[in-house]
Amino acid sequence: MPLSVDQLEKKIREGAKGIPLSFSVGRNGLEVHADRDYLVELCKFLCDDPELQFDYLRCLSAVDWFEEGQMEVVYHLYSMKQGHGLVVKVRIGREDPRLPSVSNIWATANWHEREAYDLFGIVFEGHPDLRRILLPQDWVGHPLRKDYSYDPVEFDEEYASKVRRGEIA
Amino acid sequence: MGPQHPSTHGVLRVILTVDGEWVVSAEPEIGYLHRGFEKLAEMRAYEQTIFLSDRWDYLSSMSNNLAMSLAIEALLEIQVPERAQWIRMLVAELQRIASHLVFIAAYGLDMGAMTPFFYCFREREKVVWLFEMLCGARLTYHYVRIGGVAADLPEGFIEALEAIIPQLKSGFDEIDELLLYNPIFIERTRGIGIIDPQLAVNYGLSGPMIRASGIPYDVRRCHPYLFYDAVEWDVVVHDACDCWARVWVRSQEMRQSLRIVEQVVERLKGIPSGNVSAKIPRPIRPKKGDCYVAIESSRGELGVYIVSDGSQKPYRVKIRGPSFVNLSIAQRVLPGAKIADLVAILGSFDLVMGEVDR
Repeated sequence: MPLSVDQLEKKIREGAKGIPLSFSVGRNGLEVHADRDYLVELCKFLCDDPELQFDYLRCLSAVDWFEEGQMEVVYHLYSMKQGHGLVVKVRIGREDPRLPSVSNIWATANWHEREAYDLFGIVFEGHPDLRRILLPQDWVGHPLRKDYSYDPVEFDEEYASKVRRGEIA
Repeated sequence: MGPQHPSTHGVLRVILTVDGEWVVSAEPEIGYLHRGFEKLAEMRAYEQTIFLSDRWDYLSSMSNNLAMSLAIEALLEIQVPERAQWIRMLVAELQRIASHLVFIAAYGLDMGAMTPFFYCFREREKVVWLFEMLCGARLTYHYVRIGGVAADLPEGFIEALEAIIPQLKSGFDEIDELLLYNPIFIERTRGIGIIDPQLAVNYGLSGPMIRASGIPYDVRRCHPYLFYDAVEWDVVVHDACDCWARVWVRSQEMRQSLRIVEQVVERLKGIPSGNVSAKIPRPIRPKKGDCYVAIESSRGELGVYIVSDGSQKPYRVKIRGPSFVNLSIAQRVLPGAKIADLVAILGSFDLVMGEVDR
């Protein structure tokens, strides 16, 4: 039976004693704001608790809050057996962002975390194979960070005309 | 293996370690088709992100358009007219049929069966022809838009659709006979690429991949959107967990899609035409906030996580492509298989690399 937002909040408050948490309600239901030091402990509890059973990680997204100087990682969870959902949000410092990996709990996090590392530069500690996934291994920088600088290639008319005249092969 | 290999349907490279005929480890290398849609979307107005979505999973553009539109509408909190919602359901289901037909065609081809390919494409052509009637395009439709759909159904569309429904039905039976229940094909795909249910959930699989492992997870049922709870249809599940089951699930799903299409047509007849788009504010500037919206695309859970900072451009768009997540289990499933079965297993994932790499 899916638990309601209030029931979920009550259940998590009781079960995760000693873990500093705050709650809010968003468009996808209950949101839990967690601390990075307690993330793995919290996720293990969410996954294993017989009444919660969040066994399915739907999505893992990173957001760069440039002005606040923070990085946010958002976990969208779902329980196959119970049918309820939950959002877990963690904020970390923008410079040298480090977060424990949850790929031991949900194997699907493996590639999602590699993607977040590739595009945002978030280092997931304890990840079995943290390499770039979409970009080449020798790429410099993390393109989805808001301060990523890139030079758009502009059309060079002079260069093009030299090519047309055969001066440049 | 790859990046150019006929069975990868795109550019996928798999680094294999083999011991004689056996695969010891397999490491997929992706990113060859990475076009940076998430970054591109951050640099564009909300309206302009819809056309980008056509190119994620290029075999089901309608579903992509739908996911992106639903996400932006959720941020804007606007109500889409009833007729537009039914039309969206209609095109999404027709798209599923077209996409699954490509899968069956290509999978047969991977296994060395040339003939079913032509039968599948003959049927798919009828659906694509309908889409062409609808919006003039055959692959990248840009038909579902923020607030509704681009235009109402053209004159003669319902008649044309009703004419092809029985043709599709007999076409499906024919294809099943040719391929799905062909003894050689069964022999070739039975009992290989086993993904047990627990593993499937842990790896976050979705779509026909997870349903062929006996888990009845369908976004249309578990997180209903549009009017999927107002029509009758079944979630197709098979518990054999092997490659053949994945083909069977898709083959049955096409029939369920057709069942939905028939009901949608009846409903559409009762709704006066004309109003197919809600009034949306221009420029589109949603309030600060975020939301995750998912739909059941042809390949599984297609999710869009979108964050608004109150400006005209999305602050962050994350695309949760089902093919991307489904492919991640290859590392786990391929070791222990024979080289000859590699193509059969990878093929049954129904990958579209445009969506894996985004």
